[in-house]
Amino acid sequence: MNSSVIVFPGSNCDRDIAVALEKMQFKNKMIWHKETKLPKSDLIVIPGGFSYGDYLRSGAIAGKSLIINEVIKAANEGCLVLGICNGFQILTETGLLKGALLRNKNLKFINKDINIKVINNDTKFSNKYKKNQILKINIAHNEGNYFTNPDHLKELNNENLIAFKYCNKNGDINKDSNPNGSLENIAGIFNSKKNILGMMPHPERMVDNLISNTDGVNLFSSLLN
Amino acid sequence: MRSISAKQLQLSLKKNKLKFSVTVTLKKDVLDPQGKVVQNTLQNLGMDNLTSIRQGKYFEIELNDSDQNKAEKKVNDMCKKLLANLIIEDYKVTKI
Repeated sequence: MNSSVIVFPGSNCDRDIAVALEKMQFKNKMIWHKETKLPKSDLIVIPGGFSYGDYLRSGAIAGKSLIINEVIKAANEGCLVLGICNGFQILTETGLLKGALLRNKNLKFINKDINIKVINNDTKFSNKYKKNQILKINIAHNEGNYFTNPDHLKELNNENLIAFKYCNKNGDINKDSNPNGSLENIAGIFNSKKNILGMMPHPERMVDNLISNTDGVNLFSSLLN
Repeated sequence: MRSISAKQLQLSLKKNKLKFSVTVTLKKDVLDPQGKVVQNTLQNLGMDNLTSIRQGKYFEIELNDSDQNKAEKKVNDMCKKLLANLIIEDYKVTKI
């Protein structure tokens, strides 16, 4: 499977995701944001970091970069697109995913391992997980507070477009297990065709028992399935 | 070439320049934790009558254009395309 990781000035999880992809046998290429052509890709990843120093709004400037036109084109043709952390913010700024990521409710940058629950496991991104499986995964963000309008929230629920929700280690989804104030504890969403996933947690940090755990591995093996 | 005085040059440059301000604020139903903290702090400083503070962004924009309507449309376009995220923010354009 061919993958492309888009690199912006300020991306800082690009090498981590490349290591994770290569470990899972993806043939990966790094693509600088000034490129105007994408190599043939089955998967495009927009990595985490602080593209353009989060100027204006997180992801706003990257969302208008040259390569993004190609990403939008490929996404509309059905290519799989994964946006992690800043990548999720960028995808909402491009309009490929609806909604927006606001400043964390407690105004703090949060970097810790938390739990999320797999809500929809019937997608290209999540088929190797069990429904309601609880994962331990790292988050590291300042703007992860997912917000959208009531109509879209209804659509997310009715069409099963919520990928992950924040929970505690017992799987309870409530205010106490919501780290950043996200609507309905949402940690990740799909677009309506389910070929685009945006998520705040970092699956690429959870692919090796030596440094963390392997709870992120199944996301990548799902894609290969 | 006809020579023009510095004052004339200044005037003619000014004539083709229009300046606008844009303020971008979070929509009413979007939580503004920064504004809330600023509000609480001011209340702690004794500003009793204070009922609400919403924090926003401010831009000053200069355009080389003499047609105000056209220029204003352009600024509105800038807001919609980049300066504001209409899902969470409102904007206001003012000629200055």
